[in-house]
Amino acid sequence: MNGPLSLVTIIAALVLAVWFLLRAALDRAPSRFDLLITLVLAVLVAVLVVVAIINLFTGTRPSEAATFIGYLITTIAFAPVAFYLARLEPTRWGNLILGVACLVLPVLVLRLQQIASVTGAA
Amino acid sequence: MPPEPTAQQTRPADAALNTGLGRVLLFVYGVFALSASARAIVQIITHFSEAPLAYLLSGLAGLVYIAATVGLAIGGARGRRIALTSCSIELLGVLIVGTLSIADKVAFPDDTVWSRYGSGYGYVPLVLPFIGLWWVWRHRSAS
Repeated sequence: MNGPLSLVTIIAALVLAVWFLLRAALDRAPSRFDLLITLVLAVLVAVLVVVAIINLFTGTRPSEAATFIGYLITTIAFAPVAFYLARLEPTRWGNLILGVACLVLPVLVLRLQQIASVTGAA
Repeated sequence: MPPEPTAQQTRPADAALNTGLGRVLLFVYGVFALSASARAIVQIITHFSEAPLAYLLSGLAGLVYIAATVGLAIGGARGRRIALTSCSIELLGVLIVGTLSIADKVAFPDDTVWSRYGSGYGYVPLVLPFIGLWWVWRHRSAS
């Protein structure tokens, strides 16, 4: 969970957050590019989650496994939900939704890392 | 790719409760509905006896966020009433629990979303009800 993939995801999300917030501030509706790049981020996050699920079976299991799985589900669903809502909202607020999602995603990844690091004696 | 919305559409300021900024609020409230209720469920199932008051308030917070999300989602006069009620309870909750969690640490040994005015969540729980109430208030005459 602490690999370079997490770091790349966090940085990508933060860069996109700046981009989307800027777009919202400039009163732009989500463009085709904005929506597409959200999907790319969603794929990146999905890969991260799949790797984490594989680790659940092969590596050490976090002591709060239920919480961890809950966070995994939330994380993988996050960008697609934001994408769906942003498509319904072809105004600046659509970009704000994407921006908020990109700000919350790094927090989710950090929480996942935190929970994964507490393994206890299993 | 599905068909793209044409850029630069702007809605009138008196658009419905569940469009525009309302949709951003819906998203943020949805996130809090999920995180607050999930947290409460885990706390109540795994170690309820440690801090029953805090965990019950956690559960209440979760329900309030769910109600606000539903209110913003359905919109209209009824959605407005639901959102108004839940945002008001939310504001009272974050102020009361925030104050109590600082004044009476014994009753709140474990954190809830509203502890220390939501500092664990970047104070978003403190700011959110104000934005929510303002948004609902702006739509008082609509629909």
